[in-house]
Amino acid sequence: MKLGLVIDLDTCVGCHACAVACKQWNASGTSGPLTDYDPYGAEPSGVWFNRVRHYEVDEYPKNKTVNTPMSCMHCEDAACVTVCPTGASYKREEDGIVLIDQDKCMGCNYCAWACPYGARELDRESGTMKKCTLCVDRIYDENLPEAERQPACVLTCPSHARFFGDFDDPNSTVSEMVRERGGYAMMPEAGYQPTNKYLPPRQNVKTQTHAKDPQAETSEKPLAQIQRWIAQQLARQE
Amino acid sequence: MHPAISVICFTLLSGAGYGLLGILCVDSAVGVGFELDSGRRNVLALLSLALITVGLLCSTFHLANPRNAWRAFFRFKTSWLSREGVFAVLVYPFALLWLVFAWSENPSLASGYTKLFAIITLFLAAATLFSTGMIYACLKTIRQWNTSLTPANYLLLGLMLGALILHAFGNAQGSGTLALGFIFVAAATKVIYFFWIGQPAGSTINSALGFTRATVRLLDVGHSAGTFLTDEFGFEMARAKLIWLRLLCIVCAFVLPILLLMLVGKDSTIAATFALMLAFIGVYVERWLFFAEARHVVNLYHGAQRT
Repeated sequence: MKLGLVIDLDTCVGCHACAVACKQWNASGTSGPLTDYDPYGAEPSGVWFNRVRHYEVDEYPKNKTVNTPMSCMHCEDAACVTVCPTGASYKREEDGIVLIDQDKCMGCNYCAWACPYGARELDRESGTMKKCTLCVDRIYDENLPEAERQPACVLTCPSHARFFGDFDDPNSTVSEMVRERGGYAMMPEAGYQPTNKYLPPRQNVKTQTHAKDPQAETSEKPLAQIQRWIAQQLARQE
Repeated sequence: MHPAISVICFTLLSGAGYGLLGILCVDSAVGVGFELDSGRRNVLALLSLALITVGLLCSTFHLANPRNAWRAFFRFKTSWLSREGVFAVLVYPFALLWLVFAWSENPSLASGYTKLFAIITLFLAAATLFSTGMIYACLKTIRQWNTSLTPANYLLLGLMLGALILHAFGNAQGSGTLALGFIFVAAATKVIYFFWIGQPAGSTINSALGFTRATVRLLDVGHSAGTFLTDEFGFEMARAKLIWLRLLCIVCAFVLPILLLMLVGKDSTIAATFALMLAFIGVYVERWLFFAEARHVVNLYHGAQRT
């Protein structure tokens, strides 16, 4: 098995719900707590496994806002595991999830240096490195209904932009989506073969506008005229 | 990268220690002709071990959870950090064995054991320095480090500082020439390094996000205050200041020691001591710059267009 996430950059609205749900679940999970520093102060900070950043791609008038949630990519060739001197970082044979043994970590930061995706964060309180577990304490929990055996971020996403599945199975939803939508890996040149894939924004279909047809206008009913006017205004807004 | 004082002190002091130890071992094994007084040799060897020890202790301050530091010896097969730890600790027993044998013998009649342990110590000291360099050089995420110049710099600067210590305190034959030689080679490598990292290369914000056919700029980073990532990797300094620091590094570490040794004379102890002090300041600045100028690719996700 090669478990991972597919994130749809077309539908992600950048609401940070995945990041918050992740924090909520994992704060009491196997690598919890996710310490907050100065949570109610002027400069609140803390440990997060998932961070959403917002970018503008291309120039006006073709520009587009793209929201990119990023967490551990569970790379096939995970440099963070290779460089770890203590063996605290490991990649599971059975499902490819990259995890940190909190009892072995000495907090040297070396794995965070090796990760190009900023997926690892040091918890100053425990002195250990922490990272996305792909909700390993959730996805195998047989006490949960089967539909809920998914990472917290996937379950919570209100715009249905996150998908969890097995990339080794060519017929899984995630494999199919990657195939059909041209899913890609971030920063492939780093060579770590990230498992998580991103679906690019769809090409915008231009809202249809009509050339002025005076005949059509006069024969139109008033209600249809108003509808057409609203459609025009909306098209202009884009 | 955030320049951590603990790591800078570690690489500076231990580097000088391993350099000095290595040079002493070469002399003991093959006889370079330093004609070192054996008492002085022992003191210098102990000084090198002291420098190494202080450096290694400094490095533990970098750990957020030093309780588990002993575990760092177990991933020798994959991790350069682990390799460095193993070599660094293995140096001690062999260096002490070498010293004991060298101590108990007439220096002109060094036995096979002295030579054997000197060679092993030399190999381990060089391996430690090389591993220190490789810790940084193996990271593909930081292009300024991901070069063979990195281990070369660590080896050469360690040997240079070692040679300068020997020259200042050793009263050895030809140590001035040796020090000058190392300064020249180390300076050349460092200057090549400065030019090399100036070339634009590596990932961009476009390849980082997968939008390679359009401009990309950060709208919002998603957090209002600093994070672990910005603290650790977001270090930035004005370009003009960095240039001045480079100049300071080159002048203190290389130019002034060369001038002192060449103009004042290789026999002057005062010149040698000043050269050593200046070189330590220069290499401290060099180490600081090594971190400050390194740009981790995660900065691309925080809005940098390139590293």
